[in-house]
Amino acid sequence: MIVAERKPLAEIIEMVQDCKKILVLACRGCVTVCSAGGEREAEILASLIRLGLKKAGKSAEVFDASLVRQCDKEYIDAIDQFKGQYDAIVSTACGVGVNFIANLRPKDNVFPALNTTFFGGSAEQGIWTEQCAGCGDCVLHLTGGLCPVARCAKSLMNGPCGGSVNGRCEINSEVDCVWQMIYDRMGCLQRQEEMTASAPIRDWSTSRHGGPRKQVREDLTV
Amino acid sequence: MSFTPDIRLFSCHYTSQQSCADEGHELQQLNFPENIKMTRVVCTGKLEETTLLKAFEDGADGVYVVGCPADGCHNVKGSQRAAKRVEAVRSALGELGVEKERAKMFFLPRGLHPEFVGAAQEMNKLVTELGPSPF
Ligand code: SF4
Ligand code: SF4
Repeated sequence: MIVAERKPLAEIIEMVQDCKKILVLACRGCVTVCSAGGEREAEILASLIRLGLKKAGKSAEVFDASLVRQCDKEYIDAIDQFKGQYDAIVSTACGVGVNFIANLRPKDNVFPALNTTFFGGSAEQGIWTEQCAGCGDCVLHLTGGLCPVARCAKSLMNGPCGGSVNGRCEINSEVDCVWQMIYDRMGCLQRQEEMTASAPIRDWSTSRHGGPRKQVREDLTV
Repeated sequence: MSFTPDIRLFSCHYTSQQSCADEGHELQQLNFPENIKMTRVVCTGKLEETTLLKAFEDGADGVYVVGCPADGCHNVKGSQRAAKRVEAVRSALGELGVEKERAKMFFLPRGLHPEFVGAAQEMNKLVTELGPSPF
């Protein structure tokens, strides 16, 4: 899922300080699962915005609502039901949701309530970890299923580097060196031989380096 | 200028049994401050962050929660969950530049105990010293 966390309140309140009618719009997708921008969090944020504005001597109508997702046109269209009730939307979706509102609603002011952090999973309750960086040319078949792009600080394709110490990464002794993990796992799977092959210089054009990406599935377009 | 704070208490059934004794008169006799409005909930673990924030929106100068001892909650983890939500509210108050002490969690034994009144008096003193809420 896409993992995110709420922005500092001061930053959010500054965005909306001159607004009079604010819609805090939750997303019932990934950000609900990671407890950053679902219905509950939007309700909390609406309350905090009201309190923050009141403290600053301002007043605004702040209400919250939610969409099934904010990354599909048909759900974004559902914002029509709130017509006339807001002069700004504070979206608690990930950056995709905010972009979609901006793309599809040229007259609506939209502000991000979250910092979108990474693609990851819930390691345990309340803890999420990054697992994939969406590089567009997956190498997990070569690395025992552990991602060196997202989980190695240097995104090395041939690791570990000289900074790997006792299974930890040189950036921080709390961080596992994923290349040590890959090495251990390949051994466990009796595939250590594969580790002797060098990965060639990588073409990163499928990743962010090639500019914004687009995917077309002819079989699904009508 | 004298100031009597508006304080809201959310307490679980088990720690606030005194409020029922003698139709509530017992608490008064024990000097439970009259300016504290108590809401009893089945378990403090049921409290949402929004309930506590709403109390501030409604004019509370201080909000506190009384739940069972952390290691002896009737519903196992209810008061621990409540404490996390109180902490989230305290942290948000801090972000808004407001004293975190305006929200507080107390873990108290179940049944009739003087600590229940003691916590109320402590909160009353604290919030009176802080003065009116900036909201
Ligand atoms: S190699 Fe690329 S696509 Fe595969 S998990 Fe890593 S970042 Fe994601
Ligand atoms: S120590 Fe390991 S994880 Fe850290 S940069 Fe080097 S290879 Fe990557």
